[in-house]
Formats: sequence, C-alpha cells, structure tokens
Amino acid sequence: MDKVVDWFSIFWQESAEGTGTYAYTLLLGLQLTLEISVIAAVVAFVMGSIVGVCRTLPSPLARRLSGGYVEFFRNIPLLVQLFLWYFVLPELLPRDIGMWLKQVPYSNFYTAAFGLGLFTSARVAVQLSAAITSMPRGQKLAATALGLTTRQSYTSVLLPMAYRIVFPPLTSELLNLIKNSSVALTIGVAELTQSARNMDSYTFQTFQAFTAATLIYLALNILVTMVMRRIEHGVAVPGMLVAK
Amino acid sequence: MNTAATTPNSAAKQSSGVPVIEMIGVSKWYTPEFQVLDSCSTSVQKGEVVVVCGPSGSGKSTLIKCVNALEPFQQGDIFVEGVKVNDRATDLPKLRSRIGMVFQNFELFPHLTIMENLTLAQRKVLKRGKDEADAKARKLLQRVGLSDQAPKYPGQLSGGQQQRVAIARALAMDPVAMLFDEPTSALDPEMVSEVLDVMVELAREGMTMMVVTHEMGFARKVADRVIFMDLGAIVEDVPTEDFFGSPRSERAQLFLSKILSH
Repeated sequence: MDKVVDWFSIFWQESAEGTGTYAYTLLLGLQLTLEISVIAAVVAFVMGSIVGVCRTLPSPLARRLSGGYVEFFRNIPLLVQLFLWYFVLPELLPRDIGMWLKQVPYSNFYTAAFGLGLFTSARVAVQLSAAITSMPRGQKLAATALGLTTRQSYTSVLLPMAYRIVFPPLTSELLNLIKNSSVALTIGVAELTQSARNMDSYTFQTFQAFTAATLIYLALNILVTMVMRRIEHGVAVPGMLVAK
Repeated sequence: MNTAATTPNSAAKQSSGVPVIEMIGVSKWYTPEFQVLDSCSTSVQKGEVVVVCGPSGSGKSTLIKCVNALEPFQQGDIFVEGVKVNDRATDLPKLRSRIGMVFQNFELFPHLTIMENLTLAQRKVLKRGKDEADAKARKLLQRVGLSDQAPKYPGQLSGGQQQRVAIARALAMDPVAMLFDEPTSALDPEMVSEVLDVMVELAREGMTMMVVTHEMGFARKVADRVIFMDLGAIVEDVPTEDFFGSPRSERAQLFLSKILSH
C-alpha cells in the first residue's frame, strides 16, 4: 500500500515551474489539448463541409479548387504544415503583416489549432464527398424535380443524409484530431504531451509522467467515443439500420 | 435513322391552345459517337395521357427527363406551356416545380417523415405557410389512402406505399403535368396495382400525364396515345387503339409480341 502511495506522490509535489502540483500541470496541459481540439474540430468541420460539397458540384472550377485544397492539405505531413504556418508564412508575407503575425499573443496556440483544423478538413472533405456521391443519384434528381435549387437540395436533402452516413468515420477523425494535437508541442504549446515531458524532465519520473498522459488520452477518447455514439443513435433515421 | 418511322404528332386530342408539353427535334449525345436521343418530336395536350414504351436502352427515361431539364440535350427545343426549357433565361426551379415527377425508385427523402416529404418543397419552393402546406399534404395523403402514415419515415413503409407517397408529394405542388419514370418497375408484383389504381384515378380526373411504363394494361386502359421508342428515336406516336390494333413498325410488333405473349 505504501508503495502505491509513493508511486502516486509525485503528482502532489509542487512542480519546478512553481505553478502548482504536477497533477495541476498535467490538467493545464489537458485544458490546452481540449482547447486546440475544439477549435480544430470546428475548423475541420466547417472547411471540410464546404470543400467536400464543392467536390461534388457540377462546376469544374469548384471541383478543381476543392481538389487542389484536398491535395495540398493531405499530402504534406502535419508537422511540416505547422512549421510552414508558424515559421515560413510570416516570412513570405509583406514585412509589416509578417511582423504583426509574429507578435499576435498565443500565436503558437492559434497556429496549432488552425493548422490541425485545416489538415483534418481535407480528410473530412474527402469523406463527406464520398458520402454524398454514395447516395442514389435519384435523390438529387427528385429534389431538383421538385423545384429546389442546388443550395436547397444540399441543405435539405443531401447533407442531412450524408452527415449521417459519414458519422462513424467522422468519429474516428475526431479521435485522430485529439491525438494529433500533441504535435502542437513542436511549436511550444504546453499541451498534455508536453506537460508530461516537462514533468519527466524535472522529476525523472518517466514512467509516472507518461502513464498519466496515456490514461488521460485514453479516458478522454473513450468519453468522446461514447458521446459520439449517443449522438449517432439520436439522429438515426427510423426504418434504417445503424450499427449497434 | 429509322426510315420506316410513322409520322409523329398524330395527336388524339387536337385541342386548341398551347400544348402543355411540346418537343421539337430533340437530340442528345453523351459523346459525339453515342447518341441517346435522335430528333424526337411530340406534344402532349392538356388532359392527355401519353404512354412511352420501348425496349430497354431506347431512351424513354432520358426523353421524359428532358422535359423538366433533369437531362440536358444538345439539339431541338422543348416548351412547357409555351415556356422554353432550354433557354438560359428560364427560371428552371420554377418551371420544374410545376411539373410533377415520379421515379422508379420512389426517391422519398429518408430522413424526413412522410408529412415532411410532402411539405418540404411546398414551403421552400412555393413559399406556402406551414398550415397551408400541412393541410394540402393531409388532403393528398388521404387521397392515396395513407393518412395514418403521416408521422412515419419512408423506411417504415412498403414499396407500394412509398410510391403512392411519392405521387402525393408531386401532386402537392399543383403541377400542370405529371411525368412517371417506370413507376412500378421496382415494385413487388402484389404492390403494382395499388400504384396503378392511383394513376388511373389521376388520369380519369384529367391530369396531363407522360408515363414511361411496361404496363400495357395501364396503357390500354387510360392512355390516349402511345409513343414507341427504339434506339433513341420515336418510331410510333399513335392513338392507343391503333398501337394495340396494328402497330405499323416491325420493331413495335416484335416488342409487343414479346411483352404481351405471357
């Protein structure tokens, strides 16, 4: 029993950073992980939806632009994309804007959140457009034949079903996004993984630090999975099959 | 293409005024080599029921989908009540909302209740208020005998019921004409008649209809004219009794002998 108490005691020690206990350090990390993930998820959903719809429009211009967007964001490693936005972009912009960008408070946090969001949006776009094209062609025809405009056909007929179809892979995408947020540490955001590293480097309690991080990620993602499954069942269409 | 073709436009009801649907020399190509419609001309007068039949791949479905511009075509003109379909200035959503269309696979919107299926376009396209749209929907559901299904979802209905809902959905827009694209082809045999009954009743009430179907019994019973298509061209366009009495083209005789022999 004493051994177990010993093992955990490190979490209640004041951290070397002087901001509270190590447990508190990890919780601050978790908070940043959550904040990055929420912003990135919103960006990924909004941009992924717009680009995903564009990939299915008849307009060749919309298809070409959305195709280019997808290829750009899914063919460059996430890590390189973050470096690109954080280190390279300010240099490419006109001097004044670049200087301003470097001085934006928490610029590394926002870069991580938006960078991760854009990276994920390309994947969301591909999945959404696949869902739309997997629906019977007659659905779009029926909507059109009733006099609905293209915009109305999408908002009232195609997208409500497409989002339901794509819900399970979107759940996986959200879990990936939360895990990928750890990349933010490379541009100096003390999110959960970085907090664990800090704890490790101050205390050399490597095992405890990363076990704690592991369990927190695991618990968080299981919680997200459960919530998403509940939503999935909540929006399920009566008379159609849904995985249990 | 087919020199044995009879003269089109031997319309049964030569009523005065503008035809509801008029097609003049409509041709369509998917590629320069692959022609699906070959200068098709016909017209449908108000209150007329025209059955379009022909072998698989003859262009029947494509032809009626041109009427409300669901399919583009490269040559010729189509007019609906005098409004040119293939004119860039035409307000297509408005034109389409005035032509009802029923599809082979029903194409109800699965995430909406039966009631919502019937009111969606009334509200979004015709800008009707909720009460007006609901009242109209209820009246039409009653007419197709499905009043009690209003709160259900399409996936909970049988195929025949879904197709009757689809007909009611099209009628809710107060169309000037109805297009049917093989409305009974996807149905189990015992459900065909419940859909045909609704269509017969509709025809008898004077709805202008263009029906792609293999149901020759239906054609005999209510059609004023039969259009027979082969290889993208209108081969025969004759009054119903003439078509079943003595089809003039060999191709139509062969077609009829095949589908009527069972």
